[in-house]
Amino acid sequence: MKRKLFALVAVLAIVAAACGGGSADTTTTTAADTGGGGAAEEPMKVAFVYVAPIGDLGWTYQHDLGRQAVEARFGDKVETTFIENVAEGPDSERVIRDFANKGFDLIIATSFGYMDPTITVAAEFPDTQFVHISGFKNADNVATLFGRMYQPRYLSGMAAGAATESNILGYVAAFPIPEVIRGIDAFTLGAQSVNPDIEVRVVWTNTWFDPPTEKEAAEALLAAGADVIAQHQDTTEPQKAAQAAGAVSISYNSDISEIVGDSVLTGPVWDWGVKYISIIEEMMAGTYDGSESYWGGLSDGVISLAPFSDRVSQETQDAINAKMAEFESGATDVFCGPIVDNEGTEQVAAGTCMDDGSMLGMEWFVKGVSQ
Amino acid sequence: MDLDLVTSILAIATFAGASLVLATIGEIFTERVGILNLGVEGMMIMGAVTGFATAYRTNNVWLGVVVAGIVGGLMALVHAFATITLRADQIVSGLAITLLGTGLASFLGQVIGPDGGPLVGLTGPKFTKWPIPGLSSLPLVGEGFFNQDPIVYSLFVVVPVSWYFLYKTRPGLYLRAVGESASTSDAVGVSVFGRRYGYTVLGGVMAGVAGSHLSLSYTPGWTENLTGGRGWIVIALVIFATWNPARAVVGALLFGGVNAIQFRLQAEGTNLPASILNMSPYILTVLVLILITRTDKLRQTIGAPAGLGIPYHREERE
Repeated sequence: MKRKLFALVAVLAIVAAACGGGSADTTTTTAADTGGGGAAEEPMKVAFVYVAPIGDLGWTYQHDLGRQAVEARFGDKVETTFIENVAEGPDSERVIRDFANKGFDLIIATSFGYMDPTITVAAEFPDTQFVHISGFKNADNVATLFGRMYQPRYLSGMAAGAATESNILGYVAAFPIPEVIRGIDAFTLGAQSVNPDIEVRVVWTNTWFDPPTEKEAAEALLAAGADVIAQHQDTTEPQKAAQAAGAVSISYNSDISEIVGDSVLTGPVWDWGVKYISIIEEMMAGTYDGSESYWGGLSDGVISLAPFSDRVSQETQDAINAKMAEFESGATDVFCGPIVDNEGTEQVAAGTCMDDGSMLGMEWFVKGVSQ
Repeated sequence: MDLDLVTSILAIATFAGASLVLATIGEIFTERVGILNLGVEGMMIMGAVTGFATAYRTNNVWLGVVVAGIVGGLMALVHAFATITLRADQIVSGLAITLLGTGLASFLGQVIGPDGGPLVGLTGPKFTKWPIPGLSSLPLVGEGFFNQDPIVYSLFVVVPVSWYFLYKTRPGLYLRAVGESASTSDAVGVSVFGRRYGYTVLGGVMAGVAGSHLSLSYTPGWTENLTGGRGWIVIALVIFATWNPARAVVGALLFGGVNAIQFRLQAEGTNLPASILNMSPYILTVLVLILITRTDKLRQTIGAPAGLGIPYHREERE
């Protein structure tokens, strides 16, 4: 009787594991076995740790496009693996340590909450190179990687500011951490640059990925009078909610015009492949600075703006392109004074710009944000 | 709070709560007959993915609902076989089914789209709202109760019928008797195995249909993790509702509406800590749990099934 029970449980567990998924899904893509090549070198082994499923057309999807770009570029010289849906915290430490144990040369941890686990494991495996996305802790073998997303956020804010009639923009946001706050502030400044009366209303969802919750948050903003919905989430539900209500939206992560048509005006997008390829090239050449803090801007190609919808007027498109050129050339940046926060305190004085350190730790909202 | 705000919150709470009500009543039947099914999350997500895939391919939302119900029922049948016939641990079997369901749903979502491709991001058919003339323009409740999709309307029948069946009919009495004491029921000639199988499968069917309400109406389309843990909320809701279908409705409105309420308050610029509101239904659930474990008398008054989770073995009768 007891034996039967265990056998059954074991079978169920094996089936569950074989179908992969719920909690962690491993997929290895080995590009061509070099087999009898004799002199052929071992391929470089690269592992990716993802926080959400790939199929989300969002954050993780863009990272996986980066992984695919690596495969396409290096062919059988590189072998990539990923695990999706890895919870931040202890779970991720186990996954990262497992990769290190298996002898991966480069481990890329793609979520903010993997920061401490990455640092912990990296100390145990000094010969493995780690890259952590969006964090601020480095070590000799831990590089940090991010993009100046606030630049395209500002540009998308200009499109939103030109589109609104109610002067209320809605922003569905995950967590009040500096990355998200910086995005909200940049978006607001961009919108106010074309329309000073803009108010940005923020709703916090306390989740990166939860389709029904994100939809509900967007609907609440639409009901409160917002007619443009922007977001810092991992799904496309806020944009779908905007489209269903006859409003327009600003996307994030990917170009989602295939899903919601011309109701998405434009949006900041990631292109990780560019940087992943250059890291691997440098590692192969032995020149990679394994402790770098990389923060790429528009000119580096890691970030850009999704194509404009037909609903964005030519005049607005020209203004946005002109501003983009200024950001690319370094002539100006988003957080240059005077900037007053939403409690009336001057945070950036006229004639100065914020340095990277204070931008990375940003915890105040600009005037016009209500949250 | 003005009237419009209350009206719209009620509308969202009803819409969001519909899948919770269905799955919760299904789980109430299952638990009332003595089987704890922790596989609800897995059955809901499988219902969501298969329901959407079917509707997408056949362009018929109703077929989607039917297939979702069948899939949920089949998964419940696995649970029933494991826990009733093999007398496996109900918690382990339920957890395994949830893990299996979420994994299988992710996998299916990648291969059952057009040409064996992914389902993610596709726009398929969905339920539209059927406003009931006259009633839908009633103040306060019109929007929430009379401008909804057919699945929500079906609850007007499902809830009272379930309640009546459970408390006012002989089969309902037998159902509860089996969950209360399987051996006593068996002794008086009430079939334990048949009932346990039947109501476990019924619970699965309802969970599957509940999942399809998410993918065919509430958030139309398929994304991985679409259910976002709503199957676990259902488990809490059953306790919150103290195994009573009528109270499940109140609970589902509360659990379903709490997000909508806190988002509205945030969007209106009220500075109320969202996390407090979000956890309030769970605090109430814990309170109910504490109360029913404190005294047997209270447990009996409320009606928690005494035989819940205990496998029945004829030859090992106590």
